[in-house]
This record gives sequence, structure tokens and C-alpha cells, in this order.
Amino acid sequence: MTALSSLTAPQQPYSYGYLDAHAKRELRRRMLKAIAVPGYQVPYASRELPIARGWGTGGLQVTLALVGPESIVKVIDQGADDSVNAANLRRFIARMSGAATTTDAVAATLLQSRHRIPEERMREGQVLILQVPDPEPLRAVQPDMSKSAQMHADADYGQMWLSLYEQLVRFKQYIQGASYPSLVNGRHIISPSPIPRWDTPKLHLASHLTILSAGREKRIYAVPPYTTVAPLEFSDVPFQVEDQSGRACRTTGVRNRFMNEIPQTDGTSQFELSDSGYAEKLANGIMPASTYYDENGEFYHAGILKPAVRPD
Amino acid sequence: MLASLSPQSARINPPQIVTEPPLLRAHGIVRRYGRRIAVDDVSLDVYAGEVVGIVGESGSGKSTLLRVLNLEETPEAGSYRLRAAPKLYETDLLSLGRFEKRTVQIHHIGVVYQNPHLGLRMRFSSSGNVAERLLIAGERSFAALREAARESLSASEFPIARMDDPPRVLSGGMQQRVQLAKALALKPALLLLDEPTTGLDVSIQALVLDTLKRLQRERRLAIVLVSHDLGVIRTLADRVMVMRDGHVVESGLTDQILDDPQHPYTQQLVHAKL
Repeated sequence: MTALSSLTAPQQPYSYGYLDAHAKRELRRRMLKAIAVPGYQVPYASRELPIARGWGTGGLQVTLALVGPESIVKVIDQGADDSVNAANLRRFIARMSGAATTTDAVAATLLQSRHRIPEERMREGQVLILQVPDPEPLRAVQPDMSKSAQMHADADYGQMWLSLYEQLVRFKQYIQGASYPSLVNGRHIISPSPIPRWDTPKLHLASHLTILSAGREKRIYAVPPYTTVAPLEFSDVPFQVEDQSGRACRTTGVRNRFMNEIPQTDGTSQFELSDSGYAEKLANGIMPASTYYDENGEFYHAGILKPAVRPD
Repeated sequence: MLASLSPQSARINPPQIVTEPPLLRAHGIVRRYGRRIAVDDVSLDVYAGEVVGIVGESGSGKSTLLRVLNLEETPEAGSYRLRAAPKLYETDLLSLGRFEKRTVQIHHIGVVYQNPHLGLRMRFSSSGNVAERLLIAGERSFAALREAARESLSASEFPIARMDDPPRVLSGGMQQRVQLAKALALKPALLLLDEPTTGLDVSIQALVLDTLKRLQRERRLAIVLVSHDLGVIRTLADRVMVMRDGHVVESGLTDQILDDPQHPYTQQLVHAKL
């Protein structure tokens, strides 16, 4: 006699990739729409996850909807692979999907990140998933969300320059540290998650696909491969990245990479590579892939970053 | 004879017979809020270089009319034309879409509110508040924005040394000057004033009115001025419209209305003194 259990699928405590099939299908459809309209914020039903809102639930849902057994996953938090949040998410994704994990930005197929885009150039076929706390770039100038939706529809973005104007008036330079507003595909302005200004040009005509997802605010938007991303600037005061000249990593000695500042007890500062996967390669003597910025701090697309101008 | 006049008074245009059509022509404006009619069939013509005052008690519909003229509210009936740009006069502004309305509003209509919180961003710099109009209109050069803000603020007699202070640290009179500079930054043909000097003390009020009068003469602005202060109306307005319960009860030249009111309500209004 055949046992009934041999005729049914073995019972699993969770569906593959934790999210149920409907959730994954919805997420994939929203992603396709986001890719079809670069920079447009697509609403979606953000699911409950075993981590709290604000800890990367938006990015995690996208990763879980895209991951497969053949995927290679890298999770970055503040540039590091070894922080508690990154390790926690990576272990969860691997356990729920059986995907391999890595700290190598070149080997990974899915990169979920908070705050950073790797220093090594990403390639075609890779997907960068950015966790976004606040997807609405117009919030600073228009607190009413129904009005800001109208402004997006009309491409009525003049007021976005107002915050930049204030920065120039007070500090004679752009000082916005993260989420620097950028115009995608000449149409929609996005807040590119809290990545530093240093990383913002990396989205411009990038080979990889970037998906930005805000779990708490329930919005997905995307920068498809080879799409223009222009950080906002005044015609006579060009956009600048953070000045990293004069900073050398205290362990590897490299320059012109995005550095973490480590204050010392004597009041001085030391610096350390923010991208820990890249630092690990250098420390182990592995030749890293070509980077977005070269040794002299020149960006790989010529003419994107212009010399600084200080207004009077 | 003319040469002996000072340059200040030489700028004042002598009275002329008006031959050009009105700059603003609003006809049959009706605005309801549910069952309540705030503005009932009001028509209004304003010529370039003319100041029309609207007086009336609170709730008479004068501010609603002003919001309609500023394209902030869409009335249930009526037409509204503005001869501010060559092609513009052919279209009824009330029939325009949201985006076109906003373009007209930004380029051709300036507005000063009684409460500066309505018109200004209190935490942004004063010059930024003025520059905002130009930014919305598409100006993207920082140097040009600075220059325009400086020019507009000095035209409204705002001390340039304080142009980067936020309005929240400024006095009430200064805040009104910032609002005025913002309203006039793109040199609009029409200026709407909603109780611009209410809440200012009398001496500051006189200074702001002086500035308004001078700018109005220099730029030949058409002004619609809403106020319940008859002193302000007498100082600025050429013509007056008296409103009550959404209707115009009396209109005419300022001197005529204020010195010889015909309608009982206007008589009551003119003679009401504390």
C-alpha cells in the first residue's frame, strides 16, 4: 500500500524565498513597470518580514523576489559586508533560497546595499538593490504628497533647486551628504537612497540594473542599464563629489576611494576604505577589477565631473 | 516748466484718457462652497497702471474673489482674461489645465498675502524665497538668481545686507517686503494684494504703502487690493468696489465712494469708526 505522504510534496515551513508566490509575482510586475518608466515611483504592497520596517525590508523583498538557487548574493551595509545588519540579511536570504553568498562585488549577481555602490565597476547582468528610507525627493520642498505627485506628473521640478540654492548661499558649495537628487532619463527626479554624492555618478549610464525599494513607504523605482542619471546642479556651479584627496586608507594605503573617517584620541583622524569587499581583495593580494574612479580620482566617464566652482 | 521738476516727479505720468482695453477682465464670477455662495456674479475690469480696491466686511467674498483671480480656486461660472502676453488674451484662464494655470500664475500674477506664512518659506533665506519664482520659471544660473533676487529685494526697499536671513527672523514689515519682492521678481503685469499692511504698526504701514505706490507708478502695475482698512484704500486705490455677501453693492472712483457713499451699507462702512 502506498503511503499518502509519498504522493504529496514534502511539507516546508516557508515557501521558496520566504514570500508567497502572489507577493513575488506582484513585486516582479512592479519592478518591470519601474524599469519601463525609469525613475517613476511605483507603489506596491509591502509585505511583513521577520525584520522591522526601516531595516531594509524594501530591499529584502526585492532580493527575495529575484533570488534563485543559482544566484550569488552580496549584502552591503554602510559599505561593509560584516556589519550585523548585512550579516543578518545575508544569512536570511541564503537560508530561504539556497543561494550562494560572497563578499566579492564582481562575483555577485544580486547586490543588496544600504549607503554604498561598490568601488569596482559593476557589469551587465548584475542587479544592485538599494534600500531606501525616503523615496520622495520633493519632500523637502513640498510636504503634501498629493501635490508632489502632481509635480512629478508635470515634471515641475524648479523648486528642487531651492535646497541647492540654500546650500550655496550658506556654504558656497553643495553640502548634501546623501540622497542627492538626480534626474533620471531626463524625466523623473529620484532620491537615490542614502548613497553619498561620491556614488551618485556611478548610476549614470551604468551597465547594471539598479532597483530602489522603500519598504516602509511602499515604493519601487529603478534605473535601468545605460540610462542617464544627472545630479541636479546650477548651470554655473557644477555638481561635486566629496573630496577624498589627501585621505589614504590606514591599512591598504590606497587613495581616491570613499573613506570612513576614524577619529583618534589625539583629535586627528585616520581613514579606512568604506568598501570592505574591495579592502579585503587588496589585503589578500587579489587584483581588483577596474574601478569607477582611477588612482588619481578621475571618473571613468570623462566629462561627467567638472572642476569645482565656488560662487561669490 | 517740466525741466524744473525733480526726476522723481517727472516719472509720474500725467493723467490720460484710457484708450487701451483692460488688462484684466473678469466676468460673471460665481464661487460656491456647498450651499453657501461666496462670490455671486461679480465682474471686474482693471486697466494697466490702475489700482482697484475691494472693501467689505469679513466673509463678504473679497478674499475668495482674489483667490479666483490668482487662479488658486476655480469658480463655478465666469470668465477671466488677462492681457499680459500677446496670445494670452484669447484664452479664458479658467479653462486652462493645471500646468498652464500655474505657468500664467508664475509669470503674470504676483500676490502678497496678509499672513507672510502663506506666501513665504520661513526657514529658507529671503533671497531664496525671491529666487524660487525664477527657479519655477526655469532659471538655472546661480549668479543670475542672486542678481535677480538682489535687484528685486532692493526695489522693494529691503536691506540687501539681510537678503540671506530667513523670514522667520525678520520683522513683519520686512516680511511683507520680501513677499512683495517675490511677487514682483518676474515683473508681472498684475499684482494682487490681500490685506498687505494689516497687522503692521502705522509707521511701518506707511513705509510699505509708499513702496507699493512707487512701484505701481514706475512699473505701471495693475493692482487689485483687498482691504478693510479704508485708509489704505484711500491712499492706494483709484477705484473701489464695495462687496457684501458675495455681491458688489457699489463701485466707483475712490473719492466718490468714500466721500459720498450712496448705498446704505457703504454709508455704514465709511462712517463706522471706533
